[in-house]
Amino acid sequence: MSSVNTAAHSVVEPTPTAKRIAGTIVILYALVTMIPLAWIFLTSIKSPPDSISYPPKVVFTPTLEGFCNLFTTRTRQTPDYIQALPPPTGTCDEITRGRNMVIAGPSNYWPRFGNSLLIAFGSTFLAVSLGTLAAYGFSRFRVPLADDLLFFILSTRMMPPIAVAIPIYLMYRQFGLSDTALGMILLYTAVNVSLAVWLLKGFIDEIPREYEEAAMIDGYTRLQAFWKVVLPQATTGIAATAIFCLIFAWNEYAFAVLLTSGSAQTAPPFIPTIIGEGGQDWPAVAAGTTIFLVPILVFTIILRKQLLRGITFGAVRK
Amino acid sequence: MSEIKIVNLRKQFGDFVAVEDSSFTVEDGEFLALLGPSGCGKTTTLRMIAGLELPTSGKIYLDSEDVTFNRASARDIAFVFQLFALYPHMNVRRNIGFPLLSQGVPKAEIRARVEETAKLLRIDHILDRSVSGLAGGDRQRVALGRAIIRRPKCFLMDEPLGTLDAEFREVMVHELRELHNRIDATTVYVTHDQHEAMAMADKIAVMNHGVIEQFGTPQEIYNRPASMYVAEFIGSPPMNFMRFHSGLKRGTRSILLDAVEVAVPEVGEDVAPGEMALGVRPEHIRFSDRSRIRGAVYGSEYLGTNQIVAVETAAGIVKARISADRSFRLGETVGLEFNPAKLAIFDCASGRAIASSLYAEVRHG
Repeated sequence: MSSVNTAAHSVVEPTPTAKRIAGTIVILYALVTMIPLAWIFLTSIKSPPDSISYPPKVVFTPTLEGFCNLFTTRTRQTPDYIQALPPPTGTCDEITRGRNMVIAGPSNYWPRFGNSLLIAFGSTFLAVSLGTLAAYGFSRFRVPLADDLLFFILSTRMMPPIAVAIPIYLMYRQFGLSDTALGMILLYTAVNVSLAVWLLKGFIDEIPREYEEAAMIDGYTRLQAFWKVVLPQATTGIAATAIFCLIFAWNEYAFAVLLTSGSAQTAPPFIPTIIGEGGQDWPAVAAGTTIFLVPILVFTIILRKQLLRGITFGAVRK
Repeated sequence: MSEIKIVNLRKQFGDFVAVEDSSFTVEDGEFLALLGPSGCGKTTTLRMIAGLELPTSGKIYLDSEDVTFNRASARDIAFVFQLFALYPHMNVRRNIGFPLLSQGVPKAEIRARVEETAKLLRIDHILDRSVSGLAGGDRQRVALGRAIIRRPKCFLMDEPLGTLDAEFREVMVHELRELHNRIDATTVYVTHDQHEAMAMADKIAVMNHGVIEQFGTPQEIYNRPASMYVAEFIGSPPMNFMRFHSGLKRGTRSILLDAVEVAVPEVGEDVAPGEMALGVRPEHIRFSDRSRIRGAVYGSEYLGTNQIVAVETAAGIVKARISADRSFRLGETVGLEFNPAKLAIFDCASGRAIASSLYAEVRHG
């Protein structure tokens, strides 16, 4: 008997070798995906000459010049003028003067970043809210032509959104939505809501109706039952959907270039414009990109638990 | 507590008739079991009483108030689901207190009543546990707690013991009945298990294909089945049917079964000649060498206190429940004697029981 036991491999328990192989693959994959991110971060703390040196430098003296250039606009001055100024007031001031320049004022980076936050989170909130309600309706009620409607909703995804760029551009100009945060929120919501409906319908279908029925018998209205019983159990799906919607809205470039230029411009079209100001300033671009990555990272980490929790093996037995 | 009255209730899903014109009354404090195979309409009937399903036609009265089209939340009833439907994002305490929360009961009172309910169900030690880690029986008790805490007009239960282990089910059958005796609540209990229904219910409604075949006490249903379906569905092993071809006259006291005269309860109606069946429960059969109904022993099943012996007769295989101390050889010829007072006669074409003095007792006693 014992010989059989030692020789047999359980189906559910992976062997040490399998674990090692799986671990190696995961680590390799993580490295491959993280190298570009690491490179962007390293570039952001290089000096401009270091950033374009060939072969690329891995060992270098870090500097905050990229971040200073990102946050400020600068003007070139004569050394005599700089000599005559009062002593520098901060690190950026000092670095800038070292390049024979003085700070003229703040750059547009933070306002653009703020636009990105407002538009991406605003449209994600709207898309997920509308998507959850629509998905609940499709999941629980006999909606006339439900299949056709769902197909129609999905059909908005059957071409790249940019294919309708020109009609949208003209419509937006007509309605005065060009270069407004509201216009961008509506646009990203429209694109994301189809994804949200389909993803969330799957999650809500998985939640047994008995929960709502129990709540309704316990004296709650359908809306209260939805709020108190369905939503808490749909958090996994809502979190996953929100992350997908947010990533799309946060990274979207083409519509942002086309429809925003001034007050509503988001960070993606703004970051490349840094290159034009005073030479090819790669560290500033990399600094802008590094900061741009942070909100998505934070959002994903916050929702990680919800994403990983998976299906609640709860009190309903199947 | 209250009385539930169902009048001509009917439910159709498209072309499929789930419940066919049903009428019955559950009296105050009574425990009714809706018994039948899956798909017979018993759960649909229960869901219509609860307000989770609207009837196609008919009326439902709770305490003589017409609630047919009232919302579930406005009916003041409690429902125990087959899969319990405990809210997985709440612990035991919040699950049990959830119905009170909707009524705006003050927090302190909810707390007190949750604890009182938990004590009644002996689950006060797990109040702060998460429901997902609970064993089947404890989940069952939490679901019951959520139902009884509100002191509703009536309880509706949809196969609440269906997912429990056989061993544990017996414990819960006992607990449920004890609970019913203590709180004396009008209860409608859906099950496909005749033992649960017989053990717990005051009244049983046997359903088949959306029709209530018989409504009565467990004794009536067992001793005086209204149809062959009921006779076969209730009892284990079920009632034996011995077929014969004949017509019947009112007042007849015997029939001919394969040319052997068998005494039966006095027939109460005239029946045109046709295919008939003599219904006899296994425990109403004795082995007797003098009997002219003979057959060969086909097999036996030893049950400890007694045994089930199958005998092949000219009218088919008959199962008899007899004392365990006799032993038989396979193929041995035996004579069968029936208890004449307990026999039922059915019309095979319609399945209905023929009126006789056996059934007369129903009306007069």
